[in-house]
Amino acid sequence: MLKTFRKGGVHPAENKFSANAAIVNAEIPKVAHIPLGQHIGAPANPVVKKGDQVKVGQLLAQSSGFVSANIHSSVSGTVAKIDNVIDSSGFSRQSIVINVEGDEWLESISKTDEVIDDLSHTPEDILKKIKEAGIVGLGGATFPSHIKLAPPPGKTAEVLLINGVECEPYLTADHRLMFERGEEMLIGTMLIMKALKVNRGGIGIENNKPDAIKNLTELAKKYDGIDIVPLKVKYPQGGEKQLIKAVINREIPSGALPIEVGAVVHNVATAYAVYEAIQKNKPLFERVVTVTGKSVKNPSNLLVRIGTPTKQLIEAAGGLPSDTGKVVSGGPMMGKSLSTLDTPISKGSSGVLLFREEEAKRRSVEPCIRCSKCVSVCPMGLEPYLLMTLAENQIWDRSEEEKTMDCIECGSCMYTCPADRPLLDYIRLSKASVGKIIRSRNKPV
Amino acid sequence: MSIIVIYTIISLCALGVLAALILYFVAQKFMVIEDPRIDEVEGMLPGANCGGCGFPGCRGFAEAMVKADDISDLNCPVSDADGMVAIAAHLGHEASAADPKIAVLRCNGTCDNRAKTNHYDGAPNCTIVASLYVGDTGCTYGCLGHGECVDSCKFDAMYMDPITGLPVIDADKCVACGACVKACPKNIIELRNKGKKDRRIFVSCVNKDKGGVAKKACSVACIGCMKCQKVCPFEAITIENNLAYIDFNKCKLCRKCVPECPTDAIHELNFPPKKVAAPIIESLTKETPKENNHN
Repeated sequence: MLKTFRKGGVHPAENKFSANAAIVNAEIPKVAHIPLGQHIGAPANPVVKKGDQVKVGQLLAQSSGFVSANIHSSVSGTVAKIDNVIDSSGFSRQSIVINVEGDEWLESISKTDEVIDDLSHTPEDILKKIKEAGIVGLGGATFPSHIKLAPPPGKTAEVLLINGVECEPYLTADHRLMFERGEEMLIGTMLIMKALKVNRGGIGIENNKPDAIKNLTELAKKYDGIDIVPLKVKYPQGGEKQLIKAVINREIPSGALPIEVGAVVHNVATAYAVYEAIQKNKPLFERVVTVTGKSVKNPSNLLVRIGTPTKQLIEAAGGLPSDTGKVVSGGPMMGKSLSTLDTPISKGSSGVLLFREEEAKRRSVEPCIRCSKCVSVCPMGLEPYLLMTLAENQIWDRSEEEKTMDCIECGSCMYTCPADRPLLDYIRLSKASVGKIIRSRNKPV
Repeated sequence: MSIIVIYTIISLCALGVLAALILYFVAQKFMVIEDPRIDEVEGMLPGANCGGCGFPGCRGFAEAMVKADDISDLNCPVSDADGMVAIAAHLGHEASAADPKIAVLRCNGTCDNRAKTNHYDGAPNCTIVASLYVGDTGCTYGCLGHGECVDSCKFDAMYMDPITGLPVIDADKCVACGACVKACPKNIIELRNKGKKDRRIFVSCVNKDKGGVAKKACSVACIGCMKCQKVCPFEAITIENNLAYIDFNKCKLCRKCVPECPTDAIHELNFPPKKVAAPIIESLTKETPKENNHN
């Protein structure tokens, strides 16, 4: 029996059309819009100004606080302006606009394709480089990685889990990375283990990627302490809490972080970025993005420079199909639909999905029939129907008691609801409102 | 048989008297002496329990009024000026009547003025839309059109106009309680002075983008050109972040700024038509959107 998490979960149609498409380099854009807020936390402070010449890998903006990350240039050229651009968050925020000229890299970055398995770095060194390279959680949450690698005082990490689950349907970016760049990814894992001072590492992979599992199992023999753990296919196994439950069978208490049970979770793409930052001195300025959809001509996995407009990736995958009804950044379950195709790719964009008109449409909302399907699929053991009703009536104290803040926004409730109720929309509203109340309560007077 | 009935009646009566005695003594012991003026003031208030004063309902406000030494900061927006003066006199304070206010919608982004750039099909709730993204038009500041302000109004003074897609405030019913101001996640509703003879002048836009961007998104946006500021003889107009704002305390309703605005973003309400300086035919053919106000 394959391992998996216990509570709830759904299994949507996988639709991994691009599973066999090798990673190819996407074209460098003519104009790159690099957002200053590509991570959770405070946006970075720009250190370049209009008219400056920049090279690939050059620091554009400095981390501006504890929870923040550096931003580097993904292209070479001239800074045209720093202006408000609608980024993948859906809001108009500050971005550095660069007119691209050529492709000139900083000399310190190694462009070699050879695998460098130098593991002699000290933990402090690794941590410092990860921070400098502006690495954030590439699974989509974009939490600055260096913070997760420095456990708070009194807590120690016991095990590192690498998330290769990719439970979202359609997406194959992590899958291809594990298959094609497995060795690099494993070295990255070893480096993170070293930074955390742990000697146990586990890579959780869902069973629908047999080639990646086989490849990594073979490669992992060389690296001590890394286990490859095949998991049963079930959404949302890629959630931090679900993955920990599935792989090491520990449950995180409500409101606590994974470090509470001695685990730290990172995404495979993050491990790969760590490899590149340490061994090749290359900051995070490109990532693998899956461009796919039922009507897309060539579903593909592209290695994309941050700041490339979404439109250009769609062109690279065979153009915008005429029946497109919605374009989503990220996976179909947790992704966000884009309001404009000029939206630049940022560190957290794992996919660009093109849905047909008939797939994209939301059906009309019917009254709740109390079937409790949402309760049975909620991986956090919440009661989504109740949280929605409370949010509609703005009863925030009760929402807090019902643990609305524990929701991981996986969308399983909305996926399964036979009455097509906008459960997650209202739970998000409730999380925002309750979060505000909690913050104002905790504020020192 | 009958004896049982009699016993039952007697014992129940005895119990009743006992309970009444206990209750009487407890009530005496724990009696709360309340200022009788609270009840009187509450009686004089409109009893709408809207919370517009900032207190939990009319009783909360009455308590605050009775307790306060200086009532000049306390104002019930629903009461008319005479009502507040009467309460003040009743409590032995100097009469102070605040200027009556009214809610004003500072957005004129109707479907004609502001083209849609995408289609939103999620839950129809302004706060949810505002937490998700910039909205379904090019303007990132304007009305989202899902009517949370209308839902929040307890006086039936607002409705959504299906043609313009904007809320409309019924000036006769609005009591300026401020519920809609709090409900709107985009902060486009403002409480402004009602003005002499209900005449008001205000900038019907909250777009802080640069002129070109704002104008591209909405044809009646304030572009921050400063023309109105230059023409205003009373220094009532300030321009901050590419957006003009008319201070209603300084504005003398001279209307000089209204024709000056190149995008018709400044609205005038309830004024008689201006004396015609230009040939009549021209002014007739020109249909001014200012007449078609949303207030």
